[in-house]
Amino acid sequence: MAYVFFGYFAGVIALTAVLVVALRNPVYSALSLLVMFFHVAGLYVTLHAEFLFAVQLMVYAGAILIFYLFAVMFLTEKTPDRYHIQSRGSLLIGGAIIVEIAVLAGQHGVSFGSTVERTASSSPSEAGNTEAIGQLLYTSYLFPFEVASLILLVAMIGSIVLSKKDLSESPPS
Amino acid sequence: MTELGLRVAITLTQISVIVGIVIITVLLLTLAERKVLGWMQDRMGPMEVGPYGSLQPFADAIKLFFKEDIVPAGANKFLFTAAPLLALIPAFIGFAVIPWGPDLTWEFGGLSIKPFVISDINIGILYILAFASLGAYGIILGGWASNSKYSLLGGLRSAAQIISYELNVGLSIVGVLILSGSLSLVHITNAQAGGFWNWNAFTFPAPQIFALVVYVISTVAETNRVPFDLPEAESELVAGFFTEYSGLRFAFFYLAEYANMVLVSCVASAMFLGGWNAPYPGTLLSLIGLPSLAWIENTMWFAFKTYSFLFLFFWLRATLPRLRYDQLMRFGWKVLLPIALANIVVTSIAVFIAQQLK
Repeated sequence: MAYVFFGYFAGVIALTAVLVVALRNPVYSALSLLVMFFHVAGLYVTLHAEFLFAVQLMVYAGAILIFYLFAVMFLTEKTPDRYHIQSRGSLLIGGAIIVEIAVLAGQHGVSFGSTVERTASSSPSEAGNTEAIGQLLYTSYLFPFEVASLILLVAMIGSIVLSKKDLSESPPS
Repeated sequence: MTELGLRVAITLTQISVIVGIVIITVLLLTLAERKVLGWMQDRMGPMEVGPYGSLQPFADAIKLFFKEDIVPAGANKFLFTAAPLLALIPAFIGFAVIPWGPDLTWEFGGLSIKPFVISDINIGILYILAFASLGAYGIILGGWASNSKYSLLGGLRSAAQIISYELNVGLSIVGVLILSGSLSLVHITNAQAGGFWNWNAFTFPAPQIFALVVYVISTVAETNRVPFDLPEAESELVAGFFTEYSGLRFAFFYLAEYANMVLVSCVASAMFLGGWNAPYPGTLLSLIGLPSLAWIENTMWFAFKTYSFLFLFFWLRATLPRLRYDQLMRFGWKVLLPIALANIVVTSIAVFIAQQLK
């Protein structure tokens, strides 16, 4: 049963991930990204990570992708072609990445099934997934957590400085 | 396998009962809204169909059902059809984790079922927030697919508005989560039993009354209701994102908006006002010797609280003028957000001190 669900979610994720870059209409690309986020969230449910499921939907599907759509909707359907021009260099990079994936897969052997079972058995689903994440986040991983929040704060200030161009020009009131 | 089949059958029954109740509530609301608005403005409201206009919702439903289904020229047909569904599904899916009555367990055919909640998952409220945030897709895509500038502007406004106010909804709930230590709505309501002084809005050590106010204002904005109905401001945008919609598709948007109202009212009463708990300890029916029927009293209390919030929605609509767009954004980010954040800080300090004193 678990394999059926995993196969379904993984298949749809792979398909929609390809569609995101393959589709011509940017709105359709964003929508297939939405479907992909949904199925990634579904994968979290099969791993008993319900908290991550909700956060995945809320943050990625509910906030970030809506801002993507926001921007994409201003591009008219008639002139999307200049967004699809790709340089020759990307072929080289893509080829290198494919070779790397092949090498890695060859080294580890294709063993998706065993990975799924290992993570599923070690997940603390009995104690409550949210409590477990909270405990880990605020004890063992407190320092990385605070560093991440500091980085996000810098990003926030940076985006305000970049978007408000008249910030330095305006006289101090 | 029969056990699985039985469980599926029971769950499907629960789902259809709850969807039925929600749809009936929405029908009632469409009438109640016009009646309440009418009385507040010293007029009668709908009076023609049925006694005192009581059959008006059915007349509206039949009218919408038989209206011509128009797809505007140049519209994206696929998304134009998908958008109302994308708005409707998130509005209904959240009801799965709402506890409608006491946390009972009934034995049925060897299975223990919880009759008043479809699924008591341990991330309850996060699940509702996650799907509520997806409701914006229906509105944005509906606006974009209509190939009309008014629809597009309405959709864009609604996207910005929903994202801004969603944050306040999430933050206003955090205080309740700190108090009850759980994300499951069943746990949260169970913890508020035994009198209104135990409800999260009034409880010791940190009454969440400010959080309740922030929550209610933010949900009014999130459901695009007056005074935050800028996505459908008729004086500026005709009808906003559903300008081009007619017939059944329009009905779907309408249904989604009202189902969202019911959902946020249910969450408000479950999170802040004790859910199905009566404002006095225990229940009256168990006092007079009918403890097996106490769930009727409890569900009635839940319905009463939910309908009070819905009445508040109508009341606001009759009272307040629409905000300007910059006022809306400034209010959300500079007034509600600091209140919600301060509430979290105060609540966590108060809970910590209360735990130390214990």
